[in-house]
Amino acid sequence: MSIATPTSAVTPGSGARSAITPLLEIRGLKVEFSTQRDSVTAVDGIDLTLMPGQTLAIVGESGSGKSTLAHSIINLLPGTGAITAGSILFDGQDLTTISEKELQGIRGRDIGFVPQDPMSNLNPVWSVGFQVEESVRANGVAVGRKEIRAKAIEVLRKAGLDDADARMRQFPHQFSGGMRQRVLIGMALSASPKLLIADEPTSALDVTVQRTILDYLDSLTRDSGTAVVLITHDLGLAAERAEQLVVMYRGKVVEAGPSLEILRNPLHPYTQRLVAAAPSLASRRLTAAAKGVESTLTSPVVAVPATAAAFDLAAIADRPRAGIAENTALQNNALADNAIVVDGLTKVYSIRGRGFKTVPFTAVDNVSFSIARGTTMALVGESGSGKSTVAKMLLGLEKLTSGRIEIDGADTGELSPKELFNLRRRMQPVFQDPYGSLDPLRNIENTIAEPLDTHRVGTKAERRKRVYELLDQVSLPRAIATRYPNELSGGQRQRVAVARALALKPAIVILDEAVSALDVLVQAQILQLLHELQTELSLTYLFITHDLAVVRVIADNVAVMNKGRIVEAATTSEVFENPKQEYTKRLLDAIPGANIRLGA
Amino acid sequence: MANSSNHYVAPLDETPLAEVDSVNISAQASNLWLDAWRDMRGRPMFYISGFIIILVALVALFPGWFTQVPPNNDCLLVNSNGAPITGHPLGFTKQGCDVYSRIIHGTSTSLSVGIIVTILTAGLGVLFGAFAGFYGRWLDAILSRVGDIFFAIPYILAAVVIMSVFSSYRNIIIISLAIGLFAWPSTARVLRAEILRVKNADFVMASTAIGVSRFKILMRHVLPNSIAPVIVITTLSLAAAIVAEATLSFLGVGLPTSFMSWGNDISQAQSDLRNAPQTLIYPSLALTITALSFIMMGEVIRNALDPKARARR
Repeated sequence: MSIATPTSAVTPGSGARSAITPLLEIRGLKVEFSTQRDSVTAVDGIDLTLMPGQTLAIVGESGSGKSTLAHSIINLLPGTGAITAGSILFDGQDLTTISEKELQGIRGRDIGFVPQDPMSNLNPVWSVGFQVEESVRANGVAVGRKEIRAKAIEVLRKAGLDDADARMRQFPHQFSGGMRQRVLIGMALSASPKLLIADEPTSALDVTVQRTILDYLDSLTRDSGTAVVLITHDLGLAAERAEQLVVMYRGKVVEAGPSLEILRNPLHPYTQRLVAAAPSLASRRLTAAAKGVESTLTSPVVAVPATAAAFDLAAIADRPRAGIAENTALQNNALADNAIVVDGLTKVYSIRGRGFKTVPFTAVDNVSFSIARGTTMALVGESGSGKSTVAKMLLGLEKLTSGRIEIDGADTGELSPKELFNLRRRMQPVFQDPYGSLDPLRNIENTIAEPLDTHRVGTKAERRKRVYELLDQVSLPRAIATRYPNELSGGQRQRVAVARALALKPAIVILDEAVSALDVLVQAQILQLLHELQTELSLTYLFITHDLAVVRVIADNVAVMNKGRIVEAATTSEVFENPKQEYTKRLLDAIPGANIRLGA
Repeated sequence: MANSSNHYVAPLDETPLAEVDSVNISAQASNLWLDAWRDMRGRPMFYISGFIIILVALVALFPGWFTQVPPNNDCLLVNSNGAPITGHPLGFTKQGCDVYSRIIHGTSTSLSVGIIVTILTAGLGVLFGAFAGFYGRWLDAILSRVGDIFFAIPYILAAVVIMSVFSSYRNIIIISLAIGLFAWPSTARVLRAEILRVKNADFVMASTAIGVSRFKILMRHVLPNSIAPVIVITTLSLAAAIVAEATLSFLGVGLPTSFMSWGNDISQAQSDLRNAPQTLIYPSLALTITALSFIMMGEVIRNALDPKARARR
């Protein structure tokens, strides 16, 4: 494969820099994983170039080989993987040919690495200070106990931790996810490396935390002139944080160049798909359209070939809402036609305190809302805001501490077990984790037929017919009825979960982070499916999510939760265009890509 | 195609687009058990231990297929501790009985004890473990404490006491009960831990939301997903039970001498170890090989059921 340099990094006004040799130059890199019988090519002939001080984002779906690429640079590939062709020139040195010992010297000192999951990358049995000191010592930044300690404290302070001195003695479990990630970034940057590789550094964190972490990463690398390779699945985030973008698909680079250029004018059909499906960008486009800005972006997006796979999220979001006037205020509790009315819902858990005492913890605090029939309400909040607890109480999986839930006008607190059992026919959930929500030992037909079976609907033949009907509805081939969940991808499993939820023809579907674990393209497909099913079957959705960008696309009304309370509730456009609460504004601001001006 | 010098686009023919999330119908069917089965069939150890287990089972069921020499009747003291001769390939015991024939006819005793004990421990273990783990709270507290009490008593010691107390009623059932009644808590503990893990899975919550009853969820979803380690333990405990029976017989508190069993033969041969080693060695060998093949089978099943072990191979 002899092609032009994907990224020749020249920022305008730094013409002199182009004479400098690139910091990192990858040529024809090929990485293969050997399995029992054959080998799988994860990275297939990648070329890329990174100039000193530059930030480059590698974007791709899971399985595209982006993490493998990042790991192969410092040879952190798992045992079965190996570089089979190509070269990685770092500062004039070919990393593929040097010894493990030489590489150890480069790791940490010249190339820093920030891993994906801050929860598992600090050793829980050692204090944070010990681990920071360890990395300081290993990188030879300081010598002597006192200097090492001083340097470690400095690293923590730079990481934005107050009273770093006291923090040194604490253990990882006493740190929040965001703080741990800061510590890891601090450790990676402690030796002022020339290059920092960050592998999905914020994917496991809340959006607001993500924003502060990335801001912090930005400021540190800008100060020290460190070049950054940022691996991410989020196109919006990549474009916001990096000047150069590399889009990977099935182990190959499909498009590379300046970020904004690619977002405004994606040329490869795969990139066009990605841009069309990215919810954060979709919402951006919508706002732009609403403000009457002549968007230059819309033209290439519309030009996306209308294959069955290409969905434009903006198109879904722009759909006429099912005859519900947008100003149907949430506070309007008129019995008119509400599928769900929740009033003063409270959940108090007692958690173990000191000694034998228990301490009450209010997870959900006096929450009230109502959802009109046939509409979608999104319940948005960060982790720990109590949104999933609300869903569990609605589904009868948790007992209420106080408050009232009315489904179709009937108070669930007053129903007999028999009536509650019947109520389950009208309200069904879809859960977040497509890998956990299907029993791995039961085939797809049995899984989808379980609700029919439990509620004794129809004969065996009728149930089978219904299963096929449902498979058609969620666009899965009937042949998978006899298959098992682990043969399916995440998106397919989520379709099965949707089919199971629809089996009893419910009126209400509770979607608990139902698309959060999926790749953007698959996410767009499922959102499209949910939208089609809603119009077809006039379903009422309660859509629980942490992702405001998706909300914009799917919801009619939004309720924002923080620390167990609803802090703001209004129609979607109101919340997005005119957020009243500081917290909501922060959330909106933190959507990656929200600050990109696409329509210049 | 590129409108800017540094905007690279891969040629389309080199990066063909696939349908988003298409289904691969032609792939092999797969779930935990199918995969495990496929994995086992690729291991030589599975065939070796499987062959021995089937052979031992055949010997136990049809001893007449393997020897025509009666194990007890034709004993002549002339042959006491005699060396192998034609028709008696392994020599004679002190009583002048054929060693080979006694091993063949003793197999069914050893194997029956092994199987009865295994059924007993697996049954009690699954019952206690499943209910304790799934229903939790006070039921767990009670069942787990009962298990702990039995767990605290070494099962060989308990069996010795029971067999001594019931010295006049010793038979296969009593010895199996004596071993099995004190061996189940480890199975229960393993299953309980597994059930605690599985019962928090999302698919359990999904079934609860559908309205499936608790008991049905346990039987239909939780138990099948947590039974794998129990199967491994069970195979291993079969070997342990056969050994335990031999141990008890060796100690003189096992089956009465009227029962032919490997343990009895080993016990009776110990005094003549120096002048007639064959009387001790061959029954011991039979015991070892049988126990080993069950242990190896357990190991094969464990590796097959553990995806991590599979990846390492």
